[in-house]
Amino acid sequence: MITFLQQLINGISQGSAYALIALGYTMVYGVLRLINFAHSDVYMFGAFMGYFIANSRWIQSNFETSPLSAVLVMLVSMALSAGLGILIERFAYRPGRSGTRFTLAFWFGILGASGGALMRSSLASIALGAAAGIIIGVVGEKAGLRPVRQGSRLGLLIIAIGVSLFLENGGQQAFGADPKFFPEIIPTTLLDVGPLKVDSQKLIVLLVSIVLMLLLNFIVHYTKTGKAMRAVSFNLNTAKLMGINTDRIIAFTFALGSALAAAGGMLVSLLYPKIDPLMGVMPGLKAFVAAVLGGIGNITGAMLGGLIVGLAEVMSVAYGKSTYRDAIAFVILVVILLLKPEGLTGKGTVEKV
Amino acid sequence: MKRWLFWPVALALLGILQVSLRGLIGAYNYQILVLVGINIILAVSLNLINGFTGQFSIGHAGFYAVGAYTSASLVYYGDSAIRALIPFLPSPAQNIVLLLLGVLAAAAAAGIAGLAVGIPSLRLRGDYLAIVTLGFGEIIRVLILNIDAIGGSRGFFGIPQLSNFFWVYLFVLITIVTVRNIVNSSYGRAFISIRDDEIAAEAMGVDTTRFKVMSFVISSMFAGIAGALFGHYTMYLHPNSFQFITSFFLIIMIVVGGLGSIEGSILGAVLITVALEALREFREFRLVIFSVLLVLVMIYRPQGLLGTWTLSRTRRKSVRSQAAPTVG
Repeated sequence: MITFLQQLINGISQGSAYALIALGYTMVYGVLRLINFAHSDVYMFGAFMGYFIANSRWIQSNFETSPLSAVLVMLVSMALSAGLGILIERFAYRPGRSGTRFTLAFWFGILGASGGALMRSSLASIALGAAAGIIIGVVGEKAGLRPVRQGSRLGLLIIAIGVSLFLENGGQQAFGADPKFFPEIIPTTLLDVGPLKVDSQKLIVLLVSIVLMLLLNFIVHYTKTGKAMRAVSFNLNTAKLMGINTDRIIAFTFALGSALAAAGGMLVSLLYPKIDPLMGVMPGLKAFVAAVLGGIGNITGAMLGGLIVGLAEVMSVAYGKSTYRDAIAFVILVVILLLKPEGLTGKGTVEKV
Repeated sequence: MKRWLFWPVALALLGILQVSLRGLIGAYNYQILVLVGINIILAVSLNLINGFTGQFSIGHAGFYAVGAYTSASLVYYGDSAIRALIPFLPSPAQNIVLLLLGVLAAAAAAGIAGLAVGIPSLRLRGDYLAIVTLGFGEIIRVLILNIDAIGGSRGFFGIPQLSNFFWVYLFVLITIVTVRNIVNSSYGRAFISIRDDEIAAEAMGVDTTRFKVMSFVISSMFAGIAGALFGHYTMYLHPNSFQFITSFFLIIMIVVGGLGSIEGSILGAVLITVALEALREFREFRLVIFSVLLVLVMIYRPQGLLGTWTLSRTRRKSVRSQAAPTVG
């Protein structure tokens, strides 16, 4: 019984981290009907930003390991990841929707930077390559190379896979492919709760997740921007006709989701400190499963789904064979979708011709 | 060309190439050519369910794995038993029998797996179907990882090398011809009608569930065949070759080539496989550059390189009047 309760706590804290990532998937799906595969790599990016900020000289010299520094690390990393989310939306997903400027310049800049890094791994070489790429891109755009409107959602999906591949492999070059160890930004203590011994990190993960989810709930349901987000996810074109700046709302959605994913990345890194550029792949997939499980596009559903996946995974490791760990989320997904094809909280939609 | 001449000429050409090719282009290029062939089989078969039937499946690697492991274990464990049944044949002929048995078993096993996955999950639509097929693919991989008799996480060693350029491209031809004939038959029209408008198709009396499952099973069978040829070529299998990223690359091939066109799938398979090899020149930046190029192609040519373009001029005209396929 005691071990069961212990596992229950583990499962809930793991699940709340999954829920944080799942929220990003579900919100983006809500506004764009897109499975944003790059989301799992934003989670990785968040963990790495946390790692670099916590190890930075400024944090090390001005703050020691204190709650304040932990909060600072989290907030800065979340802000940076939100920026990455906005960049991804602006240059990868938006061009097919409203033909944004400088798309070619952006991607050619990256190509140029990679070329520069290949020739010599110095900052000057990378900058030179990027500059050359950007110039070629701008010229190309002036010559008439414009993004084409996406006719089907599949093209956007391939772009998402491409961005995900880019972040994983770019991350291996930028951060190094070898695993790093996330610093203990909050010291661990074992708390005695009755007969249970609870790791303080797990409680922190749970508490921070709950606070963030409450905050998200407030933004979505009680602010004007949140209302606009709900309008966009209800019907993008109608929202546009009602005078909502849909592009801005979509960017905001990406920022919000990415910040939550970054928080998730850092919280999971508190529990399992080994981080590497491919760390997002499996948690990302499972978080997506969680989002679908709960009914994709539905925020409460994502939280519920995250908890179910986290609990199931921890329990299967505790009471079953740990080698089946990666399959359990999918088994639950298959079972639930076969019984209730719209997910747990989804309402059955009537198909209209 | 006379129609009956096609297969004899094709066989003769493949035979000549098999004998001379390795010497002409070197072992490295030969290997890439074989991989291109296997990817063509996978892409063309995936296109049947995704491009022609409009059902968004991203679990193709699972059926590929089922085929690869079925055929490998049949030949590995049944080698002497099968040879004992046909002692009168010379050894090379026995190898051919073994390979064909392996391919047949692979197709059957992958087809059964496809049926088992397809019947429950094809009730789902769009992204739900996608994630369930992805899930089944991962479940298959984790199951293989846990079966010790076929190597588990160590990988499956010691598979005899039975397939080569000749067999791979023979099955490439069989796949292309079969899929083309299906697409041009009444079954194919049923598939396409489901893609274009499922409700209208149902109203016209198309048994949509039956045709969706049929398309899924055929597609899985060819993935199984590709798996068998792959295992018997590389002589080693590991579950990591069948991760969901493998399915993603197949999806990339058919979309980049042009969904809903067999020629597009072939082009996509050739292009992506060759590009991944050619970019090796960029060492550790290989996949960085590949992914940026992929994003650029999809931003500037979202309908794929070929769109719905086809080699046949008559069909090209009829296609132009139709809407481009959309999925999900």
